[in-house]
Amino acid sequence: MDKTINQKAWFLVLPVFLVVAFSAVLPLMTVVNYSMQDTFGNNQFFWNGVGWFKELLDPSTDLGGRFLASLGRNLFFSLVILAIEVPLGILVALSMPRQGWTVAASLVILALPLLIPWNVVGTIWQIFGRPDIGLLGYVLNHIGLDYNYVSNDIDAWVTVIVMDVWHWTSLVALLCYAGLKSIPEAYYQAAQIDGASRWAVFKAIQLPKMNRVLLIAVLLRFMDSFMIYTEPFVVTGGGPGNSTTFVSIELVKIALGQFDLGKAAALSLVYNLIILIVCWIFYTVMTNAGAERKPQEGAA
Amino acid sequence: MARIDLVDLAHSYGGNDAPQDSFALKPVTMTWRQGGAYALLGPSGCGKTTLLNVISGIITPSRGKILFDGEDITPLSTQKRNIAQVFQFPVIYDTMTVGQNLAFPLKNRGVPKAEIDKRVAEIGRLLDLEPYLNRKATRLTADAKQKISLGRGLVRSDVAAVLFDEPLTVIDPELKWQLRSKLKALHRELDLTMIYVTHDQTEALTFADTVVVMHDGRVVQSGTPAELFDKPAHTFVGYFIGSPGMNIIPAEVRGREARIGGYVIALNRSYDKLPIGAKIEIGVRPEFVDAVAPAPGLLSAKIERIDDLGRIRFARARLGDAKLAARAPAGFTSPDGTAGLKFDPSHVHVYADSLLVEGAA
Repeated sequence: MDKTINQKAWFLVLPVFLVVAFSAVLPLMTVVNYSMQDTFGNNQFFWNGVGWFKELLDPSTDLGGRFLASLGRNLFFSLVILAIEVPLGILVALSMPRQGWTVAASLVILALPLLIPWNVVGTIWQIFGRPDIGLLGYVLNHIGLDYNYVSNDIDAWVTVIVMDVWHWTSLVALLCYAGLKSIPEAYYQAAQIDGASRWAVFKAIQLPKMNRVLLIAVLLRFMDSFMIYTEPFVVTGGGPGNSTTFVSIELVKIALGQFDLGKAAALSLVYNLIILIVCWIFYTVMTNAGAERKPQEGAA
Repeated sequence: MARIDLVDLAHSYGGNDAPQDSFALKPVTMTWRQGGAYALLGPSGCGKTTLLNVISGIITPSRGKILFDGEDITPLSTQKRNIAQVFQFPVIYDTMTVGQNLAFPLKNRGVPKAEIDKRVAEIGRLLDLEPYLNRKATRLTADAKQKISLGRGLVRSDVAAVLFDEPLTVIDPELKWQLRSKLKALHRELDLTMIYVTHDQTEALTFADTVVVMHDGRVVQSGTPAELFDKPAHTFVGYFIGSPGMNIIPAEVRGREARIGGYVIALNRSYDKLPIGAKIEIGVRPEFVDAVAPAPGLLSAKIERIDDLGRIRFARARLGDAKLAARAPAGFTSPDGTAGLKFDPSHVHVYADSLLVEGAA
């Protein structure tokens, strides 16, 4: 078939091109530009080449040390919340009602934490955990636990993790619930006839059928927790010390606190790159998992 | 291996107190003999799947009992009944290989591994699944998947009956025939009771030695395909089985004759004791009505069109408000659009309120 050549199509692409240029490409290029330079204010810039990137990856420098430490904390945080939220979300989804008015009720209740603005979530937990006026902090101290997220590293971590679990487990649960709902009744009936135990039903039917939504849930939760800023910032401000300073908090400190635009720009680029790579890995895994499912011909 | 008896069995999704008219399955008492090949035939929503699910234990009946070899198993769960069921859409366990799928029911029942391997190999051979035993089950075609679902039932050596719930719905027409022949062959080989639910009469008539026809929650007739064809017990059976279905014409029946609008049709038997006040109809299959040139003494009808089915032609005729079909013999034409109808008296049945009336000789 002959291809028709029609250059008019470019006019249709142009608006998108312009919007993307102004919203993404130009700002990104500005950051790339900054990342190669140093500034001492007064809008005066000096060329620094890949200097910031070298420092960033070298733990012996101030910038590298701070970046790698916060990156480690961030990865640890993401792993912990995934390890809690995914199984917990599955469990919640499995124990949700299948029909009747309780379905709507539990959906609404589950959706509530997702609807609260992030800094409000932070404020809620900030107050909730205070030993003097917060219900949680007061009760914990009252029953003899020395809980204070302002001064104790572990308490701060526990608070931030519990807050994230409270905020986001619903998302995993809702996604899993949707996956569970899509399983035809015949599967459960067949499993019943096959004499499958509850655990066997979960392993053989429910988990495989939730596979796709679970991958999406893990992707979303990983991305979100890896970019987390607002909630821990409101609760702990990154402290005590630097113990809950995640990459984004570090980034804001460098960019706006110290006004080190070059360092901050280099850090954002690397940060961005990590997220893109992880996204790409997830995407590849997901599309491969989908391709595996296509039926093969010639089997009868 | 079991005979299945249904004793006054009924089910309502609205609970036992719902009015009987709303029951999905109206009270039925019948026996399925061991080793029979049964088809449960009826239109969508007639209660056939409900009946099947009651037998397999997925649904607990609102009323009545189910006996396996005389033993009441109504309260037993699906697991404890020795029933296999194949569903409309293939159910396979995605993450497992074909072999693991087949082994699943045995593994769940704690059968020793050596025994499982033996049974799986045997069933794999029986169903021609041997080359795929180590392949992921998800990658197979729909008919292979249905065979796996069936295999999971057959793999248990103690299975009493295999129930099929429209198992060929998603199978390509050409493979349908193959799979159906396979089922028949399996039935002969394994001597299992098989109950096959379908709304397709061809499927039912070719698979089963006994066809059970359901209509509106009731079993209206159960018999061999020939019985259903020759002597439908209910006008619905006459209409539903056969293509085109039986002609049902309102008539006045007295003694050995039926009157339709002044014309008299001779009957082979005498009907003297028809219920008073009942709606009386005669039923005759199109195969036993000939459309011929109009003649005095013959019932005359308007011919609407003639369907040529290749080996046989059917004239579609109109008789007042009633529509009917009649065989159009070779050479029959109807230039003026009318024809005389000639009935074969030995195949004219009389129905009172839709139920067959046995005449006296």
